[in-house]
Amino acid sequence: MNVPAAWYLIVAALLFGVGAFGLLTRRSALIMFMCLELMLNAVNLTFVTFSRTMSDIAGQASVFFVMVVAAAEVTVGLGIVVAVFRRRSSTSVDDLTELKG
Amino acid sequence: MAPVATLLLLMPLVGFLFVLVMGPALKEKVIGAIGTGVVAVSFILAVITFFMLLHRSSREVTIHLFNWINVGTLHVPAALLVDPLSITMCLFVTGISALIHLYSIGYMHGEKDFRKFFLYLNLFVFSMLLLVLANNLLLTFVGWEGVGVCSYWLVSYYFTRGSAASAGKKAFLYNRVGDFGLLVAMFLLFHHTHTLSYLGIFHVAGTLSPTVATLTVLALLLAATGKSAQIPLFNWLPDAMEGPTPVSALIHAATMVTAGVYLLVRMSPVLTMSPDGRATIAVIGGVTAFVAATIATSQQDIKKVLAFSTVSQIGYMVLAVGVGAYSAAIFLMVAHAFYKALLFLGAGSVIHSLDDEQDLRKMGGLAKYLPLTFPAFLVGWLAISGIPPFAGFFAKGDVLTNVFQHNKFLWALGVVTAILTAYYMTRLFVMTFLGTERFREVTDRHDPHESPWVMTLPLVVLSVLAIFGGIIDLPWAHGAALSGFLHPVLGYVPAVAAASTTEQWVLAAVDVLAALIGLAAAFTIWRDLKVGARFESKFFEHVWYWDDFYDATIGRPLTQMAVFDDTVVEPKVIDGAVTGVAVLIRNSAEGLRKIQSGFVRQYALAMVLGFAVIIIYLVARVH
Repeated sequence: MNVPAAWYLIVAALLFGVGAFGLLTRRSALIMFMCLELMLNAVNLTFVTFSRTMSDIAGQASVFFVMVVAAAEVTVGLGIVVAVFRRRSSTSVDDLTELKG
Repeated sequence: MAPVATLLLLMPLVGFLFVLVMGPALKEKVIGAIGTGVVAVSFILAVITFFMLLHRSSREVTIHLFNWINVGTLHVPAALLVDPLSITMCLFVTGISALIHLYSIGYMHGEKDFRKFFLYLNLFVFSMLLLVLANNLLLTFVGWEGVGVCSYWLVSYYFTRGSAASAGKKAFLYNRVGDFGLLVAMFLLFHHTHTLSYLGIFHVAGTLSPTVATLTVLALLLAATGKSAQIPLFNWLPDAMEGPTPVSALIHAATMVTAGVYLLVRMSPVLTMSPDGRATIAVIGGVTAFVAATIATSQQDIKKVLAFSTVSQIGYMVLAVGVGAYSAAIFLMVAHAFYKALLFLGAGSVIHSLDDEQDLRKMGGLAKYLPLTFPAFLVGWLAISGIPPFAGFFAKGDVLTNVFQHNKFLWALGVVTAILTAYYMTRLFVMTFLGTERFREVTDRHDPHESPWVMTLPLVVLSVLAIFGGIIDLPWAHGAALSGFLHPVLGYVPAVAAASTTEQWVLAAVDVLAALIGLAAAFTIWRDLKVGARFESKFFEHVWYWDDFYDATIGRPLTQMAVFDDTVVEPKVIDGAVTGVAVLIRNSAEGLRKIQSGFVRQYALAMVLGFAVIIIYLVARVH
C-alpha cells in the first residue's frame, strides 16, 4: 500500500501545530520542551517525506543532524531546568522574568 | 657696515633682555640709565650708518642675518635693508626715543612699575627698528605687531584704572582690523610676485595689473589707517592717551603711528601702479586731517587735543603720499616727530607740575611758573601752527605745494585744516599758559613747580630741532637735501619741481596767512576766558559722534546678537538639539522595554507570528 506524501505532510503539520500550541499555552518548562521536540520531529517527518518522494538522501541525512542537535539541546535545557527547580521549586517559565527590561 | 646696522637694531633688545634678566632687584637709576643708554648708543650707530651710507655709490645695502622661513616657494630671510628711507626713519626714531627715555626717568620717577615701563619702552624701540629695517614685508609685520603689542601694554599701563584697560583693548582691536589689511596685501603680493622682499616686489611691480595693484594699495591703506589712526579707524588714538605721557609722545605721536605712512611710502613702487588707489589715499588723508582738526578745536583734555592734532597731522602725511609726494610725507613725519614730541613732553611737564591734572579749564597763567617748559611749548606751538621759519612751516608747505599741483580741492581742504590747526593750538597754548590762574584748587594752593633737568633737557633739545628742523629739506634745495637723499628709493620726481617760483611764493604766503588767521581768531576768543564760558561745539567735542556711530552700527547689534545667542540659540537650539536626542532615545526606550516582558510564551508567539507572516508572504509571492 502506498500512502501519498500529502498525508505525511498533513500529519507533520498537525504535529507541528500541536507542538506550537503547547509551547504557547503551557507554563511548565518541561512540557514546553516536549512540545519543542514535537515541533522538531514534525519538521523531521517532512524532511523524510520529501527525501523519499524526490529520491534524495540529503533530507534523511539532515534528520540525523537535527536529532543530534535536539539531543544536545535537551541535555543543556534539562540541566537548566533542574538548576532552576533547585533554586525555586518551580519550573514555571513565568517566574523567570528577571531579565526583562 | 653690516655689524654697525645689526648692532643698531639689537641695542634696545639687549637693554630689554638685560633689565628682564637682572630682575626686580635693579635700582630705578640703573634701569633708567641702561634703558636710555642703549637707545642713545643706537642713535649714535644710526648716525654712523648714515654717514657710511653717504659714502657709498649704491645706497641699498641688504644685510642677511639668517634664514628664517623656507617652505616651498616661500623664502623669508631675517635680513635688513639699509637704504636712505630706512636710515632716515632710524635716525629720528632712535634720536627721539633716546630723548623720551631720558624724560621718562623724571616723569616716571617713583612709579611702582618703573622697571616694567622701561622694559616695554626698550622692546618698543627694538620692534620699531625691526619694522623700518626689515627687508621684507613679513619681517616688517613682526615689527608691526611688536610695536602694536607694546602700544597695548603701555596704553593700559595703569591697568587698575578701568578706562586705561579698555583703552588698551580698543587700541588693540582697531589695530587688528588694520593688520588684516596688511596680511591681505601680503597674500596678494606673494600670489602675484612670488616674493615678499621689498626689492623683489619693486623689481616686478611694473608688471602688476591695475586691479591687483589697486587691491593691494587699498589693503595697505587699511593697514595704514589702523596703525596711523586715519578714518575710519582713528578713534583708538585719543583713547590711547590713557597711557603715561612719554608713551603718548613716543608711540602715539612721534614714531609708531607714523608706521602706516612709512609702509605706504615704502611700497611706493606699487602705489605708483594704481592711480585710483592713490586718489583714495589722498582723500582719506585730506578728510582725516580736516575732521581731526575740527575735533581738536573742542577738546578739554590737553592730551586729547594733541592726540587729535596728531591724527590731523598724519592725515597731511597720508595726503602727501596720496598725491605722490613721498619725500614730503617723510619730511613732515620727521618735522612732526620733533614738534609733536616736544608738545607732548611739554604737556607732560605741565601735567607733572599740576599733580596730574589734564583739564585745560583748570590751567591758565602757567607761563611764569614754568620758565623752561613755557618757551619750549611756545616753540612747539609756533612750529605746528606753520609760522616761518619753524620746521612745521616748511614741512607743511612742502606737502601743500605738492597737493596744489595735484588737486585744488584737497589743497583748499588742507589750507582750511591749517587754519584750524593754528586755531586749536593757540587755544591750547592760551588756555594753558596765559590768562587767569585756574589751577589753585588742583594744586592745593601751592605754586606749580618746574620739572627736573632730565625732563627739561629733552624739551630744550627738541625745541632746537623744532626751530631748525626745516633745514633738512628747504624748498629751494630739494635736490641736495632730504628729497634728493630719498630720491633713489622713491624714484619719483616731486611735483613741486613743476611749480614756478612765483607760485611757490604765493602758496607759502597762503600758508602763513592761514596760520595767522587761526592764531588771531583763537587769541580773540580765548584771551579772556571766563570760567564756565563755552565756545566748543558739542558735535566736535563728541568726535562727530563717531564712537556712537560705531556703537550703534557695530557694537550694539553685535551685543544684541550675543545676547540673542546666549538666551535663545544656546539654550534652545544647541542645548535643545543635544537634550532632544537624549530625550528621544529615552522615550523610545521606555516604549520598547515594554516589549521585553520576560514571558517566554510571548517571545515564542512573536516568533510564530513572524514566521507566519514570512510564510504568507512567500506563498503569496509564488502565486
